Amino acid sequence: AGGPGCVVCYWLLGDTQEKEGILPERAEEAKLKAKYPSLGQKPGGSDFLMKRLQKGQKYFDSGDYNMAKAKMKNKQLPSAGPDKNLVTGDHIPTPQDLPQRKSSLVTSKLAGGQVE
Amino acid sequence: MIPGIGVLTQNTLWCFSQMKGAIETGVTEADIISTVEFNHTGELLATGDKGGRVVIFQREQESKNQVHRRGEYNVYSTFQSHEPEFDYLKSLEIEEKINKIRWLPQQNAAYFLLSTNDKTVKLWKVSERDKRPEGYNLKDEEGRLRDPATITTLRVPVLRPMDLMVEATPRRVFANAHTYHINSISVNSDYETYMSADDLRINLWNFEITNQSFNIVDIKPANMEELTEVITAAEFHPHHCNTFVYSSSKGTIRLCDMRASALCDRHTKFFEEPEDPSNRSFFSEIISSISDVKFSHSGRYIMTRDYLTVKVWDLNMENRPIETYQVHDYLRSKLCSLYENDCIFDKFECVWNGSDSVIMTGSYNNFFRMFDRNTKRDVTLEASRENSKPRAILKPRKVCVGGKRRKDEISVDSLDFSKKILHTAWHPSENIIAVAATNNLYIFQDKVN
Repeated sequence: AGGPGCVVCYWLLGDTQEKEGILPERAEEAKLKAKYPSLGQKPGGSDFLMKRLQKGQKYFDSGDYNMAKAKMKNKQLPSAGPDKNLVTGDHIPTPQDLPQRKSSLVTSKLAGGQVE
Repeated sequence: MIPGIGVLTQNTLWCFSQMKGAIETGVTEADIISTVEFNHTGELLATGDKGGRVVIFQREQESKNQVHRRGEYNVYSTFQSHEPEFDYLKSLEIEEKINKIRWLPQQNAAYFLLSTNDKTVKLWKVSERDKRPEGYNLKDEEGRLRDPATITTLRVPVLRPMDLMVEATPRRVFANAHTYHINSISVNSDYETYMSADDLRINLWNFEITNQSFNIVDIKPANMEELTEVITAAEFHPHHCNTFVYSSSKGTIRLCDMRASALCDRHTKFFEEPEDPSNRSFFSEIISSISDVKFSHSGRYIMTRDYLTVKVWDLNMENRPIETYQVHDYLRSKLCSLYENDCIFDKFECVWNGSDSVIMTGSYNNFFRMFDRNTKRDVTLEASRENSKPRAILKPRKVCVGGKRRKDEISVDSLDFSKKILHTAWHPSENIIAVAATNNLYIFQDKVN
């Protein structure tokens, strides 16, 4: 094996896989399903596509927010779960949950702008 | 033309030329480069970043003293193209990230480019000023108004030379035409129109008109629950101003002819490779999603990039690509973790060289790959600071999957997936390439003998 064009010595692995009759993707799929059993069982449009279309959507109701703050008073507000993008229902988004937007009116470092 | 150009043989050696950007341990998100594009002559190289800024580099004139060093690219102009916005009506945060830059062919002394974020396309004019008027009657040299009582003579202002100043001004703003996120813009060969494509729709614009655009493709279903695919990229044919292509998240490409109807929902050609049903897995559709589509310079072929491969299609053959190149097939056994860390959704671009004989695309670990279509040779190179000595020849890299790892090889498990090369550009006629590695721009040239 070798030569200028050769990049991957994949034939070693490929051979074994063929003998076992399992595609690498299938093995990976099994791993994923083991970790997340409910994956791919939601009805309706594709999850990925919907998530992609909803990029940038932020939901915030100042009324809900202030009422929740008043009710909770000393208690901690519930913080966002792992999926920060779907902020609806019980969870009230707090300023801490929103990503910090930093104004980028600074010259790009590619053009010799200051390194901060 | 340099002999042997466009042929990737064992004689083509790529050398480091320049690296732009800061060397720092923590990368500021705004500095991440999101698009790179040479203009039609290769004289200018533009970059856009997540902070909404555009930096344009200009190639310096080659000096007769330094024959072995081809012209270097230096900063020519930089400006803030887009700023972050919030659409209060829809509770939508609009990123300032520049998704694409496309140059217009040069028609006068000024340069024009289109830059776009998710929602708004802007036409920028970049022009030089090397003279200024002096000797106004009503203002003094600092621009302050003179006391009219002190003005006793009349003089004609004259133009005097000044230090070169490069100005960028927004000439047109094409806003409010996209409900979804713009992924592509493409200048038409008629130089009068251009298209902008979002996830579900494609609009046709005239450069002179900002308050109207024609919708030429609309794949939004009546019921969003029935949504099965989105538009991922679109481009006009380089010569036929009536023809364009768009790719989908299902791995298909449609070619449309605007002469056929006003709304090009019915394609003229449909390119799809049949899938072996026994190969189907949970990941099949995700990895078949096309992240980039590019016409060859000749207009005879299109190249598509999906997660693991680059494919070349002949416009005359719809049922399968004529060439398929494996970019990083070893990732097949890593799809589970790549799905978990979202890397499986990374959108890699692909480019042709000037003669359409070599194609290039990026990978992880700051690797990028080139494939010679004629010799069928391929090479993996790395954009790294270790190889950043002037004219240092880049050593080909190898990834090893299991088994014995040779000394200079890197194993799949050691790859750095945060170092992704999504954006690259190839000079239109020479072997000069620009590679964006997160916040750094690398420029490589082939070795001058």
